[in-house]
Amino acid sequence: MTGKIRSVSELHEFQASLKEELQGDRTVITLCAGPGCAASGADNVAKAFRKHIEEMGLTDQVTFKCTGCHGFCALAPVVAIDPAGYCYEGVKQADVKDILERTIIGGEVIEKLLYVDPETGEPVLYEKDIPFYKHQDRILLAENRQIDPDRLEDFLAIDGYSALAKVLDEMSSEDVIQAILDSGLRGRGGAGFPTGLKWQIAHQQTAEPKYIVCNADEGDPGAFMDRGIIEGNPHRVIEGMCIGARAIGANQGFVYVRYEYPIAVQRINQAVDQAREAGLLGENILGSDFSFDLKVVMGAGAFVCGEETALIASLEGKKGEPVQRPPFPVESGYRGKPTVINNVESWTCVPHVIGKGAEWFSSIGSEGSKGTKIFSLVGKVKNTGLVEVPMGTTIRKIVYDIGGGVPNGKSFKAIQTGGPAGGCLPEDLIDLPIDFEALTKAGTIMGSGGLIVMDESTCMVDVARYFTRFLEEESCGKCYSCRKGTQRMRELLDDICEGKGTLDHLDLLEELGETVNNASMCGLGQNAANPVLSTLRYFRHEYEAHITEHRCSAGVCAALIRYFIQEELCDGCHACSKVCPVEAISGEKDLEHEIDPDVCITCGSCIEVCPTDAIIIVSGSGEEA
Amino acid sequence: MPSSSTAPDSMEPEVVVTEEDLATTDEILKQHQYDRSEMIAILLGVQDALGYLPVPVLKHLAERLEVSPISLFGIVTFYTSFRLNPPGRHKCTVCMGTACHVRGAVNVLKEFERRLDISAGSTTPDRHFQLETVNCVGACAIGPLVIVDDEYHGNITPIKIPRLLRRLERDKAEDVT
Amino acid sequence: MKLISLNINGLPVEVEEGTTLLEAARAYGVNIPTLCHDDGLSSYGACRLCVVEIGPPGKSKMVSSCTYRCEDGLEVRTHSAKIMKTRAMMLELLVSSSPQSKTIQDLASAHGMTKQRFRPEHEDCILCGLCIRMCAEQMMSSAIGFVGRGPNRRITTAFDEVSEVCRRCGGCMYICPVCMSRCHGPDEEATLCNACLNFSPSCVAVYDDVQCWMPPECGTCVRPEGDYLPATGRLATEES
Repeated sequence: MTGKIRSVSELHEFQASLKEELQGDRTVITLCAGPGCAASGADNVAKAFRKHIEEMGLTDQVTFKCTGCHGFCALAPVVAIDPAGYCYEGVKQADVKDILERTIIGGEVIEKLLYVDPETGEPVLYEKDIPFYKHQDRILLAENRQIDPDRLEDFLAIDGYSALAKVLDEMSSEDVIQAILDSGLRGRGGAGFPTGLKWQIAHQQTAEPKYIVCNADEGDPGAFMDRGIIEGNPHRVIEGMCIGARAIGANQGFVYVRYEYPIAVQRINQAVDQAREAGLLGENILGSDFSFDLKVVMGAGAFVCGEETALIASLEGKKGEPVQRPPFPVESGYRGKPTVINNVESWTCVPHVIGKGAEWFSSIGSEGSKGTKIFSLVGKVKNTGLVEVPMGTTIRKIVYDIGGGVPNGKSFKAIQTGGPAGGCLPEDLIDLPIDFEALTKAGTIMGSGGLIVMDESTCMVDVARYFTRFLEEESCGKCYSCRKGTQRMRELLDDICEGKGTLDHLDLLEELGETVNNASMCGLGQNAANPVLSTLRYFRHEYEAHITEHRCSAGVCAALIRYFIQEELCDGCHACSKVCPVEAISGEKDLEHEIDPDVCITCGSCIEVCPTDAIIIVSGSGEEA
Repeated sequence: MPSSSTAPDSMEPEVVVTEEDLATTDEILKQHQYDRSEMIAILLGVQDALGYLPVPVLKHLAERLEVSPISLFGIVTFYTSFRLNPPGRHKCTVCMGTACHVRGAVNVLKEFERRLDISAGSTTPDRHFQLETVNCVGACAIGPLVIVDDEYHGNITPIKIPRLLRRLERDKAEDVT
Repeated sequence: MKLISLNINGLPVEVEEGTTLLEAARAYGVNIPTLCHDDGLSSYGACRLCVVEIGPPGKSKMVSSCTYRCEDGLEVRTHSAKIMKTRAMMLELLVSSSPQSKTIQDLASAHGMTKQRFRPEHEDCILCGLCIRMCAEQMMSSAIGFVGRGPNRRITTAFDEVSEVCRRCGGCMYICPVCMSRCHGPDEEATLCNACLNFSPSCVAVYDDVQCWMPPECGTCVRPEGDYLPATGRLATEES
């Protein structure tokens, strides 16, 4: 970095020179090093690329970079080659030399590394033609693939910080707030409160100083959108926060990141340092009269800290226990001063709204929900990963066109939206457009954007119990309704899963669930019964089957299932008895085996190894689950 | 790391806090300008340096920061990342996020618990293994996921656990010394 | 001091700015049950018994009246059908876990509860936090506090050791709604006592969204002439 950028015109000059330097006619090899790829060995692949590029003397022609999450985690590790636009999947260390020799030098495509479209069986050469990408509208995520998150230069080369420059150069606070209001941007953290309105209220407050906060305490299990952005494009978040600070008149901001995301913590810290060094944070940003600085604060493992009053308590160094609103943080937040809290994705939208205009933003999405939304599509779906689509896109499009449907020939049963405090929607609602209003009407919430696909082997009672247990453990424990209510709901669900439930349990669950949601104080408690209430609403028959027939049709609830070896299929190979950790399987070699249900712990190891698929799960009166 | 003076198989080893530990703590306090609002960062820093938060160190912190010991005790027991006991040599963390759950994380955790004969959140008596759970680390695509000493292992099933554990048992002999 | 006008159960009321809904309701003679509130201590909002409905029917939400401050034009219902149902469920939860508290048993009776449906527990402490606030705010001691989270939440001294700051004043025990007022009725099997069930159906049992300024248990409008509320119908615990 060349030191401080002292004015808007200097920024534009610098951006132009970087564009020239970085783009030109070099071949760019981009390796995704997001969490999914990193866990699949991307680190070693990166090392190999660096080593071989050096050894083969390609440093002058090839730029190699590791970027944040591209989104298509199911193919990890992913390598993209530009400007050709090729995409290689499942790249191993051993493939690296091949890629460099054959593709980069030889200009040849390595077919075995291409994605194969399961519909046509044909390999897909270009990334843009892969169905997973083709059906998305990637505005925020597209940038992840273009930049090395360790380098501010990369971000500046894609016109990063231009929106901030525009705000400093030609917009007043009122202009910025009006633009955000006009764009229709609503908070991406869950509740969907209009961002512009929040800023307007904060702007009107007379108390000083004012603060802004980025909520990156992404605690929803099964959701990693915010992680994807912070790790892949941290400067976009900082730029958004600078614009927000300028609009409401704040000079200090915080990024609250959960400690479970160590890489995100490191990236955002590094980005803050880089921005400060470049004069994009600190005193007199870009030579203007606007001063603003950021501090990164780590959470210490409490889901409830995603709630804004709890987050503020945690920022102040206290227990993350929510308190009564009003007063809302926007009137009285951090240290009793006006505080605007927005989530990572909301902040990331801001520079795009300013840069491309409110009208452009509001032209995307549905009636009441504007712009695109990033979802993390996980669970029983082929193409797991981060997905960005306009608000109002149907579940069907996300699950089938983008997600590629349910794997292993199983059928779609439900989709869970909104994290633990969200709800499960059944197959009949698959054409529901996903936006704030539609989801609320269907009895669930948008939440931060986790989408968990469930198939016939997912038990809805077990899912309700899983979320209820999660919320029980994550409840701060202050409200009796939430602490005791989640415990009692979980006990009732335990009973049902263990075959000890009665039909009265269901009425009591419903009655209790309503009380928990009504009587609790914060967002966690007020939605704590959603998993139970939504599954009862759409999957009551499954609860009833557990109670009256002692049958778990998904084959999940351990007390209601038995593992069974089908004689006619078993060839007595001993594979199962060798892996059984509790020696529950007996039978001589080459003769059929038998599982002792009293010893079996239903761990599933035998099913995994059986070469003839002879082992099945039975439930209820003996039918296959 | 503070060493224990009692036998290694003792369930409740005596906590020994050295002058050095307190000096480290003071250094961290200084970095944060003795600012109470940085409590979480201070505690994370001390835990990073000492491996855990021994009670004598917490008392020392309360005194230096002029907060009541009970409120500090409340904070360290509220957040799951803080631990009041020494960690095990190898940490196995099973992700219990939703995506991992629907793909069978429960069986993975049960198998760890069964093989190590401890429940999640505790350490084996010889302090060789520490078993933890985490609610999602955002690597949902490759669940069920286990993190062993900061290394991610994706698509884990109960069958793969014995091999994981065997690898970690190799340095067991060093524990005794 | 600025005055705030609002409406409680149909009755227009005026209170000073900063008054909580609970204080306002009590000032106008409307009894709202609480377990974690004491006039001499700060409000906390843990027991959720004092929940009231705010906003017009159909668009209302519930808030704890002890922590919610009065707002101009706010419409408040303290004893609507929805509220009574919620309070009854809260009491069912309380009585199933801490049946030995006479205070809780009395409140359960007052709400006409004759059965509870959960697995009986004998937990004593309901974590209302009165003792902690008593110790910190009145005795200036801060010897005890909440530790842990969710199911592991409990009240204890610092690091579970004998407290150096506790003066053995007994204030914590004095204020406890569970341990100082033991009910000798229930045993391990039966969690509901009901010996003091002395509550007759009130108008709230008949009309949803009641908008009456009379004490809600009055019931005169729905009771046959001459059938007055028995003297025992008013509960000491609701007065406190």
